[in-house]
Amino acid sequence: MQLDQLYQEMILDHYKAPRGRGLREPFDTQVRHVNPVCGDEVDLRVHLADGRVADVSYEGVGCSISQASASVLHELMVGKSVDDALSRVDAFTNMINSRGQIEPNEKLLEDGIAFAGVSKFPARVKCALLSWMAFKDATVQAVAGGTTS
Amino acid sequence: MTATPVGLPKASERHRVTPPAGMPQYDDMPRFDVDKVRGHFPILDREVNGHRLVYLDSGNTSQKPRQVLEALREHFELHNGNVARSVHTLGTEATAAYEGARAKVATFIGATSPDEVVFTKNSTEAINLVAYSFLNASLGKGGDPHVGGADQSRFRLGPGDEIVISEMEHHSNIVPWQLLCERTGATLRWFGITDEGRLDESNVDELITERTKLVSIVLVSNILGTANATTRIHDRAREVGSLFMLDASQAVPHRPMDVVGYDVDFIAFTGHKMCAPTGIGVLWGRRELLEAMPPFLGGGSMIETVEMTGSTFAGPPMRFEAGTPPIAEAVGLGAAVDYLSAIGMGAIAWHEKELTTYALDALQTVPGLRIFGPRVPVGRAGTISFDLAGIHPHDVGQVLDAEGVQVRVGHHCARPTCVRFGVAAMTRASLYLYNTTDEIDALVRGLERVRGVFA
Repeated sequence: MQLDQLYQEMILDHYKAPRGRGLREPFDTQVRHVNPVCGDEVDLRVHLADGRVADVSYEGVGCSISQASASVLHELMVGKSVDDALSRVDAFTNMINSRGQIEPNEKLLEDGIAFAGVSKFPARVKCALLSWMAFKDATVQAVAGGTTS
Repeated sequence: MTATPVGLPKASERHRVTPPAGMPQYDDMPRFDVDKVRGHFPILDREVNGHRLVYLDSGNTSQKPRQVLEALREHFELHNGNVARSVHTLGTEATAAYEGARAKVATFIGATSPDEVVFTKNSTEAINLVAYSFLNASLGKGGDPHVGGADQSRFRLGPGDEIVISEMEHHSNIVPWQLLCERTGATLRWFGITDEGRLDESNVDELITERTKLVSIVLVSNILGTANATTRIHDRAREVGSLFMLDASQAVPHRPMDVVGYDVDFIAFTGHKMCAPTGIGVLWGRRELLEAMPPFLGGGSMIETVEMTGSTFAGPPMRFEAGTPPIAEAVGLGAAVDYLSAIGMGAIAWHEKELTTYALDALQTVPGLRIFGPRVPVGRAGTISFDLAGIHPHDVGQVLDAEGVQVRVGHHCARPTCVRFGVAAMTRASLYLYNTTDEIDALVRGLERVRGVFA
């Protein structure tokens, strides 16, 4: 198993200089997701406006993979329509769960394709998906008109 | 040739100096040939990610020697049958092997009788067995009236009663007691941990009181490596009439155990951490307690007689072994006990103490490395958890794995201990009889690579 497939420069870059980190106002929904295996946590807020993702803000503790994937999520999602954002979450999830079988779609996932190598490390799949699942949860709740949970 | 200092014997004569009576000498310590022992473990020959396997995760599960693998194969190839119910030859042989393993385990831990050894699935089930016996005894009508009319009051819990554990426990010695307390209205209390990673016994008299029904403490911490001194806690538990249990999962595989010497009521441990297969664990309990305890799981093998209107139960240990037990696994545990005994538990403990001393020194040379738990090889075992420059343990473990070094990362099923030290996770190296100083060097080199990637 090649380590540099996992720790791509892109991932280390996002890990060392995370984009959009910190919980911000305003927001529609806030969720906390945890990885019970390792104890990693993410608190994530979503703010929607005019059918678009106006902000994704987050705070948490976790490994380089989970922290970098939250940073990439932030960069990718802000400004996207809700439908577009959720379809990108699905594309990312499929890629991560593919055990290296799916060719990553760079147009859809941008920096997110750096995580394609994670799919070959089953123990790290949850790390990569933690914030993306939190985002999906918070966005679906926000669309449903929910408030803080 | 250098002059011999006045007053000291010449080098050639020094060995003749008689040490003070009773003082242990370095050369007196029991030892074994590590290279020979490594030859018993086939898995140690394999490679991981292009490197020689460096297995530093025995606290998680140990590797298995040929002697145990051979015993399993021989059991299935020659003696496989069900136990305790067959008149045929295979069943008789299987029963003899299963009960023989029980007797070996009893001798290994200094139990007075094999009947005090209950086979379970693992330590977790052993602890749950005690917790559920308490719960069953606490149910309304006095639990199960068919257990020989024994006095079950020692196991009956209700509001006002207390169970005492510690912040250092594995989840398996926390959650069963939390559930038991929630279900009975009893209160759970716990010892804290000092900054050095030892049990804070300063409030032992306030924690353990006349309200305490059971004290259950880990003997060797699975995360900090602390080997707890039990005397004060034991004495206080006895003083107030409480039962006293030890989670010995990380102790029995590594050092001599004497249940009579510890004057304990129950101990739990598991086979797979001591060279045996998974799926076999042990609850040892004092006979008069086991005899009075209501059953946990009901079913075949644990009964005396069954009628549609009710049943009576076998005595211990059968009362607590419902259903077909893990026969081959028990035989494997018996073989593991033989294997460890032949090397000598004293020698294994000394080997690990020397390795731990080396590892503590070596790890403390790594910049940014912080050891959780005792930093001296006294009152501690060969389980060393640490933080490396704030780099997440998952990342540490991943890079080490690329070097063939297998360590555990995460909260180690001891989340309260992690919280106590302000971290979500730790990296843990845990040593056993087959480990060497070369492997600790490999760990240290691997940690340098980790720093290279993330620092």
